Amino acid sequence: MSARANILGKLRNSLAGTTPRPDEFDERLVTAPWRYAPEDRIDRLRSLMEAVHTEVHPCRSDNWPELVAELLNKRNLTNLLCAPSREHGRALQAHFEATEQKVELLAYDQPVEAWKEELFWNVEASLTGTLGGIAATGTLVLWPDRHEPRLMSLVPPVHIALLKASEIHDNLYDMMVAQDWAAGLPTNVLLVSGPSKTADIEQVLAYGAHGPRELIVLVLEDA
Amino acid sequence: MSQRIPVTELTPDFRGRAEEALADGQLRNNFRVAMDSLMTKRANAFPDADEREGLRELGNRIKAGALSRLPDLLEQLEQKLTENGVKVHWAETVEEANSLVHGIIEARKGSQVVKGKSMVSEEMEMNDYLAERGVECLESDMGEYIVQLDNEKPSHIIMPAIHKNARQVSKLFHDKLGEPETEDVNQLIQIGRRTLRRKFMEADVGVSGVNFAIAETGTLLLVENEGNGRMSTTAPPVHIAVTGIEKVVPNLRDVVPLVSLLTRSALGQPITTYVNLISGPRKPDELDGPEEVHLVLLDNGRTGAFADAQMRQTLNCIRCGACMNHCPVYTRVGGHTYGEVYPGPIGKIITPHMAGLDKVPDHPSASSLCGACGEVCPVKIPIPELLQRLRQENVKNPEQTQQVKGGGAKYSRTERWIWRGWQMLNTRPALYRSFLWAATRFRALAPKKAGPWTENHSAPVPARRSLHDLAARHLDQNGGRPS
Ligand code: SF4
Repeated sequence: MSARANILGKLRNSLAGTTPRPDEFDERLVTAPWRYAPEDRIDRLRSLMEAVHTEVHPCRSDNWPELVAELLNKRNLTNLLCAPSREHGRALQAHFEATEQKVELLAYDQPVEAWKEELFWNVEASLTGTLGGIAATGTLVLWPDRHEPRLMSLVPPVHIALLKASEIHDNLYDMMVAQDWAAGLPTNVLLVSGPSKTADIEQVLAYGAHGPRELIVLVLEDA
Repeated sequence: MSQRIPVTELTPDFRGRAEEALADGQLRNNFRVAMDSLMTKRANAFPDADEREGLRELGNRIKAGALSRLPDLLEQLEQKLTENGVKVHWAETVEEANSLVHGIIEARKGSQVVKGKSMVSEEMEMNDYLAERGVECLESDMGEYIVQLDNEKPSHIIMPAIHKNARQVSKLFHDKLGEPETEDVNQLIQIGRRTLRRKFMEADVGVSGVNFAIAETGTLLLVENEGNGRMSTTAPPVHIAVTGIEKVVPNLRDVVPLVSLLTRSALGQPITTYVNLISGPRKPDELDGPEEVHLVLLDNGRTGAFADAQMRQTLNCIRCGACMNHCPVYTRVGGHTYGEVYPGPIGKIITPHMAGLDKVPDHPSASSLCGACGEVCPVKIPIPELLQRLRQENVKNPEQTQQVKGGGAKYSRTERWIWRGWQMLNTRPALYRSFLWAATRFRALAPKKAGPWTENHSAPVPARRSLHDLAARHLDQNGGRPS
């Protein structure tokens, strides 16, 4: 007999004569305590994210590229990974060309194997979009895809994320239901709630464990 | 490279290890400070008691509901994962699980493995198994990395290196990695980051655990703060997840309350930095992610716990560690004293099913039954009740049917007879009176030594007259009995 058959057999045997418990999920318990007035959502998200060392900047669709340049220059960063195949990637590129920025824009346009060494050691920052945010926990939701692959938001030491204010949901449950996640998920979904951190030594909090040291969120208030 | 548990090397039994741990002031201080802070953080994360209790109740129902149809859910999970391109494997024992993992690595001719935190891989002692076969298996969670570097085992399921302070870590990095000594935690972490980053990049295979496996969508959910879990499951070309069969939940929405309970109970965080939901390997048009994803479902005694409706509740556990943080015994003796993979209250109730109660006969009684563990458990496992049950199983006659693996290790005929005598004495009034009469009259003959009791206490001596005698005399002298 296979391990599979043995395990399932034992479990079935132990359940003989019993009926499955009914589904007693009560959505109020995960929604009611986590509802906010629309005008409070950004503040809630912002205060929670700032509490874990995230920079949150409110801005608009027409001025965020400017802010990105400023943030990069302030940190003396020399390159930025972003997706030229995305609308926000093109907007950034246009702005950087028009203002003759020195920061080099890099694209993740080949399989990771082809440039792993460079990605891990030379890329200084990345910029990605998000699927939305969650006010209850101060969280960004990312669905990586071929334009903005999984490692893009993980490997570079600084991660800049664009978040549309209209896509901030009250809580995870609402977001899942509104977008019908149960119908099918992409290969990888990420909830990101700050820069990478650890408290493994003496419970002292240290940022920049294995992922980004810095997370910067640009909230597009008019989008 | 074989791992060691420092205190166990010296003493083979729980009692001896506990005595050594209690005498180690540094160790006790490291745990006291850490547990106090974890308790405060948890309390602050649940400011509203009603909200907390409602959520715990829901957590309990979801897990109990999932267990009530576990075989069907496992099949559904397998089917969904397979559709998504994930290969599912089943293992009854840790040997089987290890050989499955090794087989996958061998097929890819892999020699380097990075591992995200996984308690199931600790159960399997996977690092040793792979090392013996020439595969380097490196822990990448900072705490796990530290204990592995020092050839130790984790002393806490969430905070593996909690028994060490910064000075000890600094010395370790200096001795093993040649780094300059520093007690600055940030610098220590940066040393770990640098060293491990190269390993993530080079690894042939990444191994991780699973916090929740979602049957509805065929998804593996992992929570973490460091990003090492994301690295291990994304950067290498192969990802192998290992998990116990009890981790499956029916629906995606079920993880909303469970993740909230987990991160708030474990660390007092509203959510961890990363929640990583993996539903398949890299698709042809994608540019990163593993080409292969495997899931190994491990039994290792879980079906044994499952067979007993009361013990089955043990499998509700979501491994948050709150029970150990709140345990007065754990806080004083530390994680290594338990000598097993899972320490603290959860260890006491899960280990018997894995290793056998006869391997850990002292564990169920190393508890004051204060009830703190049961009160904080986010999925409402009645841990004290299960400990009492294990105490009973411990002293049952092993010749009769065993309900728990290795039960009856503490069975003693003498003890049985003593209790029989006690019962007889207390159910026969005439016998009881004559015993009392004799015990008071011949009190001088009471034994001066009463086992371990008299090591620290003076021996009990019966009173000159029993209370019963005194009361009777008093009433006689004061004009008869009350009406
Ligand atoms: S038994 Fe309960 S409190 Fe202990 S680790 Fe498991 S879920 Fe957490």
